Amino acid sequence: MQQIIDRRLAGKNKSIGNRERFLRRHKEQIREAVKRAIDGRSISDVQRGEDIHIPKKDLTEPVFGHGQGGLREQVHPGNKEFVQGDRIERPKGGGGGGGSGKGQANDSGEGDDDFVFALSKEEFMQVFFEGLALPHLVRTQLADVPEWKSQRAGYSNDGTPNNLHVVRSMRGALGRRIALGNGPRRELHAMEERLAEMRAEMQAEMQPGASDNNAVAEAAIQALVEEIRVLRLRVERIPYLDPIDLRYRSRIKVPVPTSKAVMFCLMDVSGSMDEGRKELSKRFFILLYLFLTRHYEKIDLVFIRHHTQAQEVDEQNFFHARETGGTVVSSALVLMEEIIKARYDPTLWNIYGAQASDGDNWHHDSGRCREILSDKILPLVRYFAYVQVAAEEQNLWDEYTHLQEAHRHFAMRKAVEASQIYPVFRDLFKKEGAKAA
Amino acid sequence: MKTKPLALDQPLPPPTRPAEHLPAPSDWSFELVDQYHRAIKATAERFGLDTYPNQLEIITAEQMMDAYASVGMPVNYRHWSYGKEFIATEKNYKRGHMGLAYEIVINSNPCISYLMEENTLAMQALVIAHAAYGHNSFFKGNYLFRMWTDAASIIDYLVYAKNYVAACEEKHGLDAVESFLDSCHALQNHGVDRYRRPSRKTLAQELSERIDREEYAQRQVNDLWRTLPRAAAKEDATPEAKRFPDEPQENLLYFIEKNAPLLEPWQREIVRIVRKVAQYFYPQRQTQVMNEGWATFWHHKLLNTLYDDGFLTDGVMIEWLTSHTNVIYQPPVGHRAYSGINPYALGFAMFTDIKRICEAPTDEDRQWFPDIAGKPWLPVLDHAMRNFKDESFIGQFLSPKLMRELRLFAITDDEKQSELEVSAIHDDAGYKRVRESLSHQYDLGSREPNIQVWNVNLRGDRSLTLRHFQHNDRPLHESGQEVLKHVARLWGFGVQLESANAKGEVTKRFSVPAPG
Repeated sequence: MQQIIDRRLAGKNKSIGNRERFLRRHKEQIREAVKRAIDGRSISDVQRGEDIHIPKKDLTEPVFGHGQGGLREQVHPGNKEFVQGDRIERPKGGGGGGGSGKGQANDSGEGDDDFVFALSKEEFMQVFFEGLALPHLVRTQLADVPEWKSQRAGYSNDGTPNNLHVVRSMRGALGRRIALGNGPRRELHAMEERLAEMRAEMQAEMQPGASDNNAVAEAAIQALVEEIRVLRLRVERIPYLDPIDLRYRSRIKVPVPTSKAVMFCLMDVSGSMDEGRKELSKRFFILLYLFLTRHYEKIDLVFIRHHTQAQEVDEQNFFHARETGGTVVSSALVLMEEIIKARYDPTLWNIYGAQASDGDNWHHDSGRCREILSDKILPLVRYFAYVQVAAEEQNLWDEYTHLQEAHRHFAMRKAVEASQIYPVFRDLFKKEGAKAA
Repeated sequence: MKTKPLALDQPLPPPTRPAEHLPAPSDWSFELVDQYHRAIKATAERFGLDTYPNQLEIITAEQMMDAYASVGMPVNYRHWSYGKEFIATEKNYKRGHMGLAYEIVINSNPCISYLMEENTLAMQALVIAHAAYGHNSFFKGNYLFRMWTDAASIIDYLVYAKNYVAACEEKHGLDAVESFLDSCHALQNHGVDRYRRPSRKTLAQELSERIDREEYAQRQVNDLWRTLPRAAAKEDATPEAKRFPDEPQENLLYFIEKNAPLLEPWQREIVRIVRKVAQYFYPQRQTQVMNEGWATFWHHKLLNTLYDDGFLTDGVMIEWLTSHTNVIYQPPVGHRAYSGINPYALGFAMFTDIKRICEAPTDEDRQWFPDIAGKPWLPVLDHAMRNFKDESFIGQFLSPKLMRELRLFAITDDEKQSELEVSAIHDDAGYKRVRESLSHQYDLGSREPNIQVWNVNLRGDRSLTLRHFQHNDRPLHESGQEVLKHVARLWGFGVQLESANAKGEVTKRFSVPAPG
């Protein structure tokens, strides 16, 4: 036996399980590295993979080995000038063999470098958003345009040939053949035995020569043979495979409830938002955007930017346009409510809101913001998060603080440096189970 | 059983000369690989190479890295350390630091050799000759492999191991299994029977015995740890006198599998799996020089013969020879690339040298090797391949001529002296010493510390005492403390390690308290 087998298509990534275990084991270090990496990145390449450094000592698997010292002799090739009895200065540091010769099973002192490896983009994002979820997400009732899921539903008697279930069909055929054939077959065997007996008897009686007897026996045998022939025909006529045996895999469509969600992103682009603050809020929304688009297949995003007036914009404009002006925060909230009324029925949609601002509002407006939020928006949404990208607490912050006391699904945080954005983000969207911990 | 085929005295006569060379484009195809394989097989038969049936598998570079990472086996249980290995391999490969090993061969029946998709046709021919005929015949012939490994069942066993470990992970959690495997791996090198031959069991036997074994083992262990005195009177008579184990035991993992008081059945089974796998690799660790040397010698011989017989083109020859030359390069000491003796270089040189001694002995050879000088080379080489391991092979066959060629010299490093001393070089006075020293260097017993189970405190705190028998007063590496923690995890109670010198005096103690 000799053979050449092409395995190229079989099982790539056999090591993927091992790699997962490796990442799992070093999760802490990786999480740290991811956090550090995200702080130093510009908005546009948050999604890149990352090189992870892990100190080598955390990776070694210890085994018993020899240490320095004692007496040992080693053979080396390539002698140039030595003769027996020469003495050589002991090389400093590890090894100790002579020249650059390494020791055999020691020298863990060497190479304190980090073990470096690249985390793929996927893995990076996974660690990045691990343990986060939209709070209070529920399956809303069956949507008006229900989603269908195809699902197996046993076997049926008819269907298309591609759905033919061969094993089932053959099993049915076998059962039918047994059921129809066994009775006659047993009878057939009995008759054949009787025939053989009768023939034997006749043979035995041949010698005396009683011809009358013989004729009777002959007739009986003939009758029996005929009977056997008919019966055999009947047995043979049982078809091997009958149309009634065929079974088809059956699939039916069932409606599934969907958890549709919409996220409103509200960003302040007023004059008081300087470059740094805008950068911070964009950072926050980028994370939110990546997180949502990555983890939720069906999610709508509504981008609203405002100065004195609010405006619904697309993604591109939201992150990149440079228009600016004064500040009326409530304008954005009003627009949000209008959009909800127009497009997102709260009974069908999970509604979320996230707002970023420096808190520098036209001072009569802040009270109004609170009213709109508590009376109109908060009853409709599952969760509303406010991020303030400036340290000073102005009247908007104060008003919102009252809100936070009254409503459990309203949260607010402050972030004044790029490095705080990610922790704040994690804090706002950590999984509900994790809250208690 | 088939009787051992006798080695041929002379190679069989060459086949009729082909009208033209085998086609030699640089890209391979299945037909071409098959054609080359048949030519190589026919030539190998001329030299009487006895092999397991061959199975050549074409794989991608990525799959090669997969195989590489799981100690060269096509299947293995999952563990993070293999993931680490894979990541390191992949990184080196992608940066071009390392050409991938162009072949991996598995000691199984049939013998599986991996051919990498990226290789050129000439390289595939080289790999086939090297792995599928060189290594393969070594696996089948060498006494260590015959005695210690069971080529027919290893793959099945690994599949079983993989599934068993996966089932344990599911049942007991990833963390529990992972940390337990870590501990077993720490003792892997001490889980080998050095002198007793393992029983050969089929997988079916293994499986059916597992259940019985679990019950039986637990009963034994319970017996050992019986707290109620069996007969009070007897115990008074022998206070503390009885030692357990009666004799020191060197197979730490075996001892733990059979005697550790707190292990659960699945943990005992995992110890056993790690132990069995370590046992399987034990011969490989002892025959590096011979195994690589033998395979290299044969790919060199086979391909050259094919060339002489008119099968190979000059281009193919040049290509594999380039690779061959790289493989057997031995940088001299002090060279930037020097990292000890290259087993390919030494092994190839030795087998070639033995052939030379047979065919064209000098007076020196006649004096050193009266048994083989001038004898037919095929049976001599066959005998050397079958009946030696690195240590004895070098001790027996390293010739003065080769020592001169490789310019071997020995350096003594004595802690008590301030300087190193050149103890012997490649001259009349030094041949024996160099040879002995090099042979000794390949003795696993001197490479790895000799650690044995010394005592168990049966009546007291149940602590386990290991003893390290120092070799030439060489101390144990500090990492021993870490390993001991793993031992404690397996044993379940406190563990001590005494390091004793040649006189039996304990010079150093490590100790780890019972895990909490």
